Amino acid sequence: MKFVSALKSKDVDGKGLWYYFKRDRDLYLLLLIPIFFVVLFKIVPMFGAVVAFKDYKIAKGFWDSDWVGFQVFLDIFAKRDFGRAVRNTVMLNTLDLLLSFTAPIVLSLLLNEIRSVRMKRINQTLLYLPHFLSWVIIGAIAYQLLGLGNGVINNLVESFGGTRIPFLQSDNHWLLSYLLIGVWQSMGWGTIIYLASISSINPELYEAAIVDGAGRLRKMWNVTLPGIRVTIVTLLIMNLGKVMGGSFERIYALANKATTEYTTTIEVLVYRWGIEAGHFSRATALGLFQAVIGLGLVLLADYIAKKLGEDGLL
Amino acid sequence: MKASTNLIRVKPKKPFDLWDALINMLMIVTALACLLPLLHILAKSLSKDVYVLANKVMLWPMGFTFEAYGKVLGDASILRSLYVSVVVTVLFTILGMLITICAAYPLSRKQLRGRAFLSFIFLITLYFSGGIIPEYLLINSLGLLDTLWALILPQAFSAFNFLIMRSSISSSIPVSLEESARIDGAGHFRVLWSIVLPLSKPIIATLSLFYAVGRWNAYQDALFYIKQRIDLRPLQLKMYYMIVEASESFQLEATQVQLTNPDVLKAACVIFATVPIICVYPFIQKYFVNGVMLGAVKE
Repeated sequence: MKFVSALKSKDVDGKGLWYYFKRDRDLYLLLLIPIFFVVLFKIVPMFGAVVAFKDYKIAKGFWDSDWVGFQVFLDIFAKRDFGRAVRNTVMLNTLDLLLSFTAPIVLSLLLNEIRSVRMKRINQTLLYLPHFLSWVIIGAIAYQLLGLGNGVINNLVESFGGTRIPFLQSDNHWLLSYLLIGVWQSMGWGTIIYLASISSINPELYEAAIVDGAGRLRKMWNVTLPGIRVTIVTLLIMNLGKVMGGSFERIYALANKATTEYTTTIEVLVYRWGIEAGHFSRATALGLFQAVIGLGLVLLADYIAKKLGEDGLL
Repeated sequence: MKASTNLIRVKPKKPFDLWDALINMLMIVTALACLLPLLHILAKSLSKDVYVLANKVMLWPMGFTFEAYGKVLGDASILRSLYVSVVVTVLFTILGMLITICAAYPLSRKQLRGRAFLSFIFLITLYFSGGIIPEYLLINSLGLLDTLWALILPQAFSAFNFLIMRSSISSSIPVSLEESARIDGAGHFRVLWSIVLPLSKPIIATLSLFYAVGRWNAYQDALFYIKQRIDLRPLQLKMYYMIVEASESFQLEATQVQLTNPDVLKAACVIFATVPIICVYPFIQKYFVNGVMLGAVKE
């Protein structure tokens, strides 16, 4: 027994921790910089989330504010805005997942069918472009393009005898515009991984398919799609975890006062409650609720992935 | 993708293939959908007010004039925001890369004790965070509100970039290379400086671009942390107040810029804020594509 415990404390080759620390001193010194940043700016806020269980008063400060248990959570669950924010977050992200996830797959199948190398390259360059624009700029472009009174699309609609469409000014139109703008921004960028995955498919499979008399659609359906199945599933799982997340910047750049029905998401509500109105406990509790459910979704997706025989994420 | 194209060529070429025509048409339409919005804004920004007000400008400027750009460039507050953005982006990128390298190199060494634990601490930030408000309270209590450091320090560690850098170092630099250097008497710093960094140039370029473009385009943290000091607003936040929020009221931000039709000015602002990205875009495209692929490679 003594022998075993000696092994444990001194490690297998009989050298203490101090030996390793001295040997790799420089490496540990280097690590001090990232550890400082991660602990201060990432780990400390994780503990700071206990504000959700306190009645945070600025005057009293972080330590001296009173503990209230789950009272803050009960308060926010009873708020009308809470239900709406959860509904909107789940709805926007699920719809976004359906559209913005499938668009790159379809697009890469089509790109793959282009024969001219130059045409393909020009296409890719143009398709990647929206990904590099900030949401502020995309929001501004959207208003110039889809505006009710002066948007170029509505000018076209009118000149063809139609009536002007409130793309960004009525709730349901806004929702559709929001989703399509998301597709526009991300579809080209999303093709990169699929194209890489397609390029690693064994060419003999296509040969065999041609011998069997497969046409273009058949090859696409029976060779290319199964060939990128693993990539599709992996990305799908990663995206499932984001259903509770969402981009504050995207919503905020596209939102306006005319469309409040769908633009109140959890992130927007955290901003309004916390930073605008100063209800820190309430906003922290909402943020924590979101983070915990989000983490749960990631773990669940990971579990399902492993059950299905795919590589997990963690 | 190359392989399949070659294979199709084995078949005798038909004079006209309906599928080819359809796919090419569809792709041209999609690509134009990405290009035309920008061309329209560009045309608007170069047009005279009257034509824009009359909704006449489509893809070609009417009454060609640089007037709006003159006003944008003549506005001290916009130039000030551009300066703030450049400073923040440069500092952020340098700091981010420093932290990434300092984390990735030690944690790519298999002999390091506590490697798994430290990696876990770093990677947990990918999946869980304290949330916006605890971060805001932290920035507040550190006295960083309304300073540029609030835009530089908190996001400087990126677990995603750390992962890419670590797997790149451990896969592209053979352990034997390091061992032989150590036998020759080189310390860890020497190995990092003379072997690892020179061999990691492509990945350093890629990640620097990730950091830089991410910083350049973000406005959320500036919206949260820069409240009173209007002179510290980065370009994207300035643009947010000028063109997005102003869309509803048609009131322009507190600037000296006055134009009969704000649409022309807004278009010029959009182009002004986009030009830096468009200028570097052709050069960075291949790096970014490589970066995405590296990010997709799992260990």
